[in-house]
Amino acid sequence: MTDLEQFRAETRAWLEANCPAECRGPMADDEMIWGGRNPTFKTPAHKLWLERMGARGWTAPEWPQEYGGGGLSREEAKVLASELRRIKAQPALASFGVWMLGPALLAFGTEEQKKRFLPEIVRGEVRWCQGYSEPGAGSDLASIQTRAEDRGDHWIVNGQKIWTSYADKADWIFCLVRTDPEAPKHLGISFVLFDMKTPGVTTRPITLISGKSPFCETFFDDVRVEKENLVGTLNRGWDVAKYLLAHERTMIGAMGEVGGGRPVGQVALDAIGADDAGRLDEPMLRARIADLEIDAAAFRLAMERVGDQVKAKQAHPAIASMLKYYGSELNKRRHELLMAAGGADALEWEGERSHDGKAARDWLRTKANSIEGGTSEVQLNIIAKHLLQLPGA
Amino acid sequence: MPLILTEEQTMLQDAADGFLNEQAPIAHLRKLRDERDADGVSRDLWRAFGEMGFAGVIIPEALGGMGLGAVEAGVIAESLGRTLTPSPYLGSSILSAKVLIDGGSQAQQAWLPRIAAGEAILALAVDEGAKHAPSRITTRAERAGNGFRLNGAKAFVLDGHVADALIVVATAEEGVTLFLVDPATAGVAVERTVMVDAHNAARITLTDVTVDADAVIGAVGGGEALLDGALNLGRACAASSLTGAGDQAFKTTMDYLRTRKQFGKLIGEFQALQHRAAHLFSELELARAATIGAQIALDEGREDASLAASIAKAKAGRVAELAVQEAVQMHGGVGMTDEFDVGLFMKRVRVLNELLGDAGFHAGRVARAQGF
Ligand SMILES: Cc1cc2nc3c(=O)[nH]c(=O)nc-3n(C[C@H](O)[C@H](O)[C@H](O)COP(=O)(O)OP(=O)(O)OC[C@H]3O[C@@H](n4cnc5c(N)ncnc54)[C@H](O)[C@@H]3O)c2cc1C
Repeated sequence: MTDLEQFRAETRAWLEANCPAECRGPMADDEMIWGGRNPTFKTPAHKLWLERMGARGWTAPEWPQEYGGGGLSREEAKVLASELRRIKAQPALASFGVWMLGPALLAFGTEEQKKRFLPEIVRGEVRWCQGYSEPGAGSDLASIQTRAEDRGDHWIVNGQKIWTSYADKADWIFCLVRTDPEAPKHLGISFVLFDMKTPGVTTRPITLISGKSPFCETFFDDVRVEKENLVGTLNRGWDVAKYLLAHERTMIGAMGEVGGGRPVGQVALDAIGADDAGRLDEPMLRARIADLEIDAAAFRLAMERVGDQVKAKQAHPAIASMLKYYGSELNKRRHELLMAAGGADALEWEGERSHDGKAARDWLRTKANSIEGGTSEVQLNIIAKHLLQLPGA
Repeated sequence: MPLILTEEQTMLQDAADGFLNEQAPIAHLRKLRDERDADGVSRDLWRAFGEMGFAGVIIPEALGGMGLGAVEAGVIAESLGRTLTPSPYLGSSILSAKVLIDGGSQAQQAWLPRIAAGEAILALAVDEGAKHAPSRITTRAERAGNGFRLNGAKAFVLDGHVADALIVVATAEEGVTLFLVDPATAGVAVERTVMVDAHNAARITLTDVTVDADAVIGAVGGGEALLDGALNLGRACAASSLTGAGDQAFKTTMDYLRTRKQFGKLIGEFQALQHRAAHLFSELELARAATIGAQIALDEGREDASLAASIAKAKAGRVAELAVQEAVQMHGGVGMTDEFDVGLFMKRVRVLNELLGDAGFHAGRVARAQGF
């Protein structure tokens, strides 16, 4: 047996023994386990599942073991992912810490910051939110106005953020602040971390068209931030921000991959039925769904291939924009088709049968995929400029 | 396996690109086309191709080949897609060779060293109508004497008019059966069809063609699995050629966007074009991933390899089609002229798309495999 086959056998055995039955099968968005200081778990089994995965570092399989990660190679991580898929395991942890902040700390953090923040991210003990966007700084993110004034050993932060996902539930925030108002806009920004319980931090929810409200406006009123919580170099926070955005984009892109729930073809079969040859009895819809599945399969491979390229140091950093662009547009297409496949059933907004309008709410939520983390237009600009080197872009 | 080329595979790619760019760039296709070459393909080039080892890429080393897999076969197919070189590669070195490697008797496998050397050209005659439909073979094989009598008509037979031997797919009483047929046999009529892309295909009619029992490849009635194996590899290679052709058309277009000026600006500065270019880039990345993914699935002998080949062929086909359409459009008027190469890519992609099942055919297979 090769090492990898052995790893697969051991992983399979461990997962069989340790993934509770309640944690297998589809999971609704609002049942996700986000951890944090005041965690909510769908069942006690979900708590156990997070503890077990966290202890192994498998919530962040490729991070170094010294920071609590799984220390797996890329190939091993792929095996783990495929074994998790095999048993339809639900994610043990959903976490901006794992997806976004962690990679940035690994690249830019001090040894002290890594030792302090990464292990608790892996175990899901601290929940993070992202303080990037402001009312006047969306696509043009570098034009943020939130000010951090130097007070010797600390800063005093004043300003407003918007669209901060889960700001009301998060424990800490990673935040872009302007530390040099005189410098050109990219060169006066710093990347800082602080506790959401710090005096002067308040949040106000924003309701989306999907009727859900994990989003907030976040206000900072004379918030004290210690200098040891600066990540990277002073006034060079844009480098950290961009690096983190690449991870965020890959993560949003991956939503086109997961899809969750039942395959579109099966949803359609239930609603429409099959013809005598066993084919979905709506040829045009069948063709559109099949095309989607082809694109989804190709996209999964493209995600995997980009991962392989990154490992082999063959990837351009801007390739994350391709994944973000394609994955989020693909996810929107999937949900349009899920609505078409579900027919009138998918239109329900309330009630048990529809799980409180899950299909319709999910569909509406996906419309933000091509906006959050940078719009599709902005991703296309980045591809044109950095990957294709088109003039003037 | 990672979805990127290994060092050896990259070297093979460089060798194939180097050879084709030097010996058979697009000018080679133009020459064969403009001189109305009777064969439509250069035998000398094909022998040189054989000497490089490319013609025997999947043929075992013991039989004069390189003994490599689907990824390497795809690497060469992609190069051929970039240079649009007419060659018996797909018909002979992939489809026919694969059938003989998997099911050929010792006598039949004697063809393999000659295929590898670029000396012999074989053709697989499977399709019968205008669209690829390998599950509906009406060519009949009836027992006659100690062998069989074949009757039927084949269309879209790659390199059929220059083939030294044909592999004919027919239906016998026992089921689908493959026959190795000498085109000089009485009753075989071959007509070259000149195609839009100036590559080669033929129509073949078989009227009371009698063959010995030893013409059967593999078992009587056992042709389906052999054919599937060859078709799936062929589809993955066609996907590579599509990706190669689409990507080359794309590169040409990007160069044009960086140099052509209108309204006092480079046209590549217009966001309307930039966004379409960036979208196309993304599509090409998916086509590439789907293609190498299918080839790795084939090499690993995975259960989902046939499905993966369909996904690759469908995706690469649609993407290449978009790439050539955008190429012509973004070149403006000159894109419509024969002098510019982009039109040649458009023609080639149209043919490759039809070959071994178009995107619709493969989408149907994907739907079926997923049970809807
Ligand atoms: C559901 C959701 C969750 C979010 N979560 C967070 C979060 O947790 N933290 C956080 O900091 N932010 C978050 N955001 C904010 C998000 O990053 C911004 O909404 C996004 O970057 C777009 O900015 P904007 O809304 O100001 O739109 P604008 O920048 O005003 O864009 C308006 C339109 O103009 C287009 N446009 C702008 N510039 C160009 C250009 N140069 N070329 C072509 N078109 C252009 C855009 O594509 C868009 O179509 C979230 C947003 C949403 C919707």
